[in-house]
Amino acid sequence: MEKIIANQSINVNDEGYLTNHSQWNREIGHAIAQEEGIEMTDHHWKVVDYLQEQHKNDVPLTIRRVGKSGVVDIKGFYELFPKGPLKTSSKIAGIPKPASCI
Amino acid sequence: MKNLIILGAGTAGTMMSNHLHKRLPADWKITIVDQRTEHYYQPGFLFVPFGIYEPEEIVKPISKFIPKEVDWLQIEVDRIDKDTDTVYLKNGDSLPYDVLVIATGNDIAPEEIEGMSGEGWHKDIFDFYTLEGATKLHQKLKDFEGGKVVVHICEMPIKCPVAPLEFAFLADAYFENRGIRDKVDLSFVTPMSGAFTKPKATEKLDYLLKEKNINVVPDFNIERVDNNEKKIYDYAGQEVAYDLLITTPTNMGSKAIERSGFGDELNYVPTNKATLQTKVKDNIFAIGDATNVPASKAGSVAHFEGEVLLENVLNYIEGKPLKEGFDGHANCFVETGHGKALLIDFNYTHEPVTGTFPFPGVGPLRLLKESRMNHMGKMAFKWIYWNMLITGKHIPFIPNKMQLAGKNFD
Ligand SMILES: Cc1cc2nc3c(=O)[nH]c(=O)nc-3n(C[C@H](O)[C@H](O)[C@H](O)COP(=O)(O)OP(=O)(O)OC[C@H]3O[C@@H](n4cnc5c(N)ncnc54)[C@H](O)[C@@H]3O)c2cc1C
Repeated sequence: MEKIIANQSINVNDEGYLTNHSQWNREIGHAIAQEEGIEMTDHHWKVVDYLQEQHKNDVPLTIRRVGKSGVVDIKGFYELFPKGPLKTSSKIAGIPKPASCI
Repeated sequence: MKNLIILGAGTAGTMMSNHLHKRLPADWKITIVDQRTEHYYQPGFLFVPFGIYEPEEIVKPISKFIPKEVDWLQIEVDRIDKDTDTVYLKNGDSLPYDVLVIATGNDIAPEEIEGMSGEGWHKDIFDFYTLEGATKLHQKLKDFEGGKVVVHICEMPIKCPVAPLEFAFLADAYFENRGIRDKVDLSFVTPMSGAFTKPKATEKLDYLLKEKNINVVPDFNIERVDNNEKKIYDYAGQEVAYDLLITTPTNMGSKAIERSGFGDELNYVPTNKATLQTKVKDNIFAIGDATNVPASKAGSVAHFEGEVLLENVLNYIEGKPLKEGFDGHANCFVETGHGKALLIDFNYTHEPVTGTFPFPGVGPLRLLKESRMNHMGKMAFKWIYWNMLITGKHIPFIPNKMQLAGKNFD
């Protein structure tokens, strides 16, 4: 379905994850973060950049991988994106929600 | 003489020794190395805790499945030196290779979570991903009289990602059969957003959890286990109390990969997801649970990868371009208890959907739907595994690329 985010018409799934990463830009990331109640800082953006880089290389993302990335540790990741950090940060980064096979 | 070495004689390594032995040119010698003497049918581990399989049914000697023309060495691999194309063994011996196939799988690493491998390990905290864990859990369950049973996943990825959920379904049926289901508080604790994460599966299967009265605790990223309080805690401060914790610990690739200096943070080998050539060096290939490809870690996946890997090893040897042949195809039976199962068939780009399998419109198996026939399929998989899968035979009617026909996409 389509949703207007930051005045742009964007394709998202039922849960609000972008279905076409090429439609992503920082304004959209910013708007999704606001909906999630997160005020983006440089550190938040560094995490988002990292997630997008991994996604581009087909590397499945896990909390552990982010925690070992050197960008942020697991505790810090929870401080930046409370509750479900990987889910929230993936949504802001415009990449799919981490999923299992079924 | 040229040398091809296979590391690991589990599902994928054994299968590749059979494939390659039939197809490699006569001037090639194949050597396969494994630290164990026995081959485990790991899908059987799920049934051991409930007394459905005896350990003897699921363990056979490795040597029985390796072609006699292939050199079989029982020893631990220490490391691979990619720069000199050499494998170093634990006893200090070295084996030079022209082509290397890594099939060292993965294993549980309970020590990765604080407190997990502490005093409660195999007392009130169990895994069923090893024969030892599954066998000890069987004893524990026999004497269990009721309480909080927590089926738990530490972190993804794990092999056979649906096995913990299948365990919860089978546990529900097991306690019911023993007449103590009302004394058991059964929950499923997962780092994922739910027991099901894909839209179609969630829509079709969520009823199972309600029907079986399984309480799901999603988004739980475990930080530590408190053995005294008998609680698990996550990074966000959530806690879950247990009397019996049945966990799937962190899964990690072989320590030999770590020692070789090219694994990722879970010791998986960086591998091209379509060709199965590693990103480590052109003459190193990888298959099965040892790779980092974004497919499920399952025996069926290793089987579908096998044909692609065989072609690409031959292409590489002949100097031809590699084929981007692997589509992430997986095909898994999911036990739901009481003699029923589901079947799921999917790949890198298509999530599991409803339909018929393997014959479009006919079946006899139904996708993403419970049936007794699917359960028979799951039980028949043991025979197929020992007699066809690891011996590298083609399984009739099931191509290695996922079929679109017979599936209900929107
Ligand atoms: C409980 C459970 C249920 C499952 N259910 C299913 C199912 O229903 N369907 C399905 O398709 N799959 C299922 N699987 C998954 C399936 O068993 C695995 O995906 C499959 O066995 C992977 O094969 P592999 O060859 O990559 O690894 P393995 O079969 O694990 O083989 C790896 C081998 O490498 C050896 N090795 C590792 N390191 C070294 C070293 N340093 N030196 C020497 N040898 C080494 C090991 O000893 C081992 O023999 C299940 C798994 C479990 C645990």
